[in-house]
Amino acid sequence: MSAAEHATAGPANSTEYITHHLTHLKVGEGFWSFHVDTIFMSVLLGIVTLGLFYTAARKATVGVPSKWQAFVEMVVEFIDTTVKEVFHLDRSFLAPLALTIFVWVFLMNAMDLLPLDLPGKVAALFGIHYWRVVPTADANTTFAMSLTVLLVVLFYSFKAKGAGGYIHELFTAPFGSNPVLWIPNFVLNLVELLSKPVSLAMRLFGNMYAGELVFMLIALLGAGVFTLTVGSAFGFFGQLAMGAVWAIFHILIITLQAFIFMMLTVVYSAMATEHH
Amino acid sequence: MDINATLLGQMLVFGVLIWFSWKFIWPPLTKAIEDRQKKIAEGLAAAERGQTELQTAHGEAQVIVNAARDQAKKIVDQAHKREVEIVDEARATALEEGKRIVDGSRQDAAQEKSRARDELRKDVASLAVAGASRLLQREIDPKAHADLIEQLAREIEGAKA
Repeated sequence: MSAAEHATAGPANSTEYITHHLTHLKVGEGFWSFHVDTIFMSVLLGIVTLGLFYTAARKATVGVPSKWQAFVEMVVEFIDTTVKEVFHLDRSFLAPLALTIFVWVFLMNAMDLLPLDLPGKVAALFGIHYWRVVPTADANTTFAMSLTVLLVVLFYSFKAKGAGGYIHELFTAPFGSNPVLWIPNFVLNLVELLSKPVSLAMRLFGNMYAGELVFMLIALLGAGVFTLTVGSAFGFFGQLAMGAVWAIFHILIITLQAFIFMMLTVVYSAMATEHH
Repeated sequence: MDINATLLGQMLVFGVLIWFSWKFIWPPLTKAIEDRQKKIAEGLAAAERGQTELQTAHGEAQVIVNAARDQAKKIVDQAHKREVEIVDEARATALEEGKRIVDGSRQDAAQEKSRARDELRKDVASLAVAGASRLLQREIDPKAHADLIEQLAREIEGAKA
């Protein structure tokens, strides 16, 4: 079913509506395929985010700051303080990383608050029939971020302990340096290391995917409004009320998830620099 | 959950964003913040320094005012003293002058008196001589004696008048 038909006739049933909304605009086959909507939205939001911050950074003045500069500085200071409290080494790289994560993830999550069918309708104007607008509800994005964070964590591990020291630690901590314990130590460390990106990615993906799904279910409540029955009226007002409540609650969730992702990145990096 | 090459694309996007933020956004903003903090700290220190300097200046001004007050008092005292001196001097001069004037007048009066006495004496002598000559003329004529005396008296009277 195309989005154009969608606009006039509506979805045939709830399953079709939800399935349609959960389908990515995809090009390519098998592994070598790309979710165009995810990539487009995340790049667009990345450009918007960093562009806005860049305007403040480029015109940053020591004197009386403009309102926008004051806001950006507030965010920067907030993140810098948060990083400083946890991570005690040079944070000239980790702090901007945390800023990027927080602001970018926040904006990508915020796409969830757009009216559910609006992006699809806009996409339909360009003849595109599938368009998922929340990049963080795509596991590819969250895993891409968490794997990048894993690389950063590994970088900090090597930097703080040296290659030899880090490999030594992988085999001797936490149980001890007895050769018999090398394998158990390594297995445990590997699990610990790999659990970090998995938990990071799945937490964000799960929250955003579920949030999106709940929005769809709420949207289905009012789907029958044009049948003009008592039940459909209840459904319609139910959609209004629950949609509002869930959207307001979701403001909290998108901020919280962005903050958690940032915070855990900083915490993992800090743990990587500690000696066992 | 459909993991595919989007993951690689997103890693690349994320990497570019981190790089941009690291190189172009974070440094100028933190620099601006830190510089402003430094500026504010300097401003506060300057304000404090100004306060201290003001206090010192107040103290110094007080000292100067006190000195000026002392000097003014000294000058006024001196003026008072001088005033008394001048008045005393003037009084002494006036007294002396007065005495001198009085002495002069007294001397003049004495001179005038002796001159008047001499004149009178001269007059009296001439009168006596005149009277005597008249008397001597009438001794021969006793009748004319009375006339003479009367005439003399009249003359004296006339002179008196």
